[in-house]
Amino acid sequence: MSDTIFGIHGAALELRSQRMGLIASNIANAGTPGYKARDIDFASALKARMAGSDSDQAASTATLYRVPVMPSLDGNTVEMATEQTAFAENAVGYSATLSFIRSRVETLSRAMKGD
Amino acid sequence: MASPMNLFTVAQRSMSAQLVRMNSAASNLANAGSVAATEDKAYRPMRAVFAEQLDQATGLSTVRVAGVHRTDAAPVKRHDPTNPMADAEGNIFESPVDQNAEMVEMLESSRQYQNMVEALQTAKQLMLETMRIK
Repeated sequence: MSDTIFGIHGAALELRSQRMGLIASNIANAGTPGYKARDIDFASALKARMAGSDSDQAASTATLYRVPVMPSLDGNTVEMATEQTAFAENAVGYSATLSFIRSRVETLSRAMKGD
Repeated sequence: MASPMNLFTVAQRSMSAQLVRMNSAASNLANAGSVAATEDKAYRPMRAVFAEQLDQATGLSTVRVAGVHRTDAAPVKRHDPTNPMADAEGNIFESPVDQNAEMVEMLESSRQYQNMVEALQTAKQLMLETMRIK
């Protein structure tokens, strides 16, 4: 039902939310020795989601390990600059998707009210 | 763990872990000048070691403190017969605290804490906006 109302935006919002959690996990583990940063390849995750797989499956198949610019001595691959820009980019994408959904809701509620 | 992890638990645990790290750095700084009569009794600096904690259900991972370990730096032996703590040969053992390293540790920890707070604020704001759709 929600798939047909919101189209691609519903799926995109779910994936954006999952990606936000993953990047927050990276930021949380910035000081953990041996932690490998992960990120969702958003485009391929969305493609998989639209091809019919559910959102968890789409996200997990598109989850990749990040390649660090400079390897560190303790094996941690979290780079704060990368994570912060990814987080910001994802937050802006989330906002954009949210405004698409909001306008869709407005359109539908206006149609239902008839004014 | 009983309940599935969400972004708030990730942030909260991460911040607690950073607090443990800040506390151990503060303890080290506080003991920078402490002396002991024997090498064994001398204060040795503490370090918190973090470990990843993965939640299989959600794929989120947070931090836990795997342990607070004493570093095996050797105490600094100093000859000071006037010190009341001095042993038979007139030696005292100072704690091997590198104050600069501790300050850097403190700074790094507080920066990571700040980062987590900011990420949490952004995430919370987006969640609230999502809930306000009518």
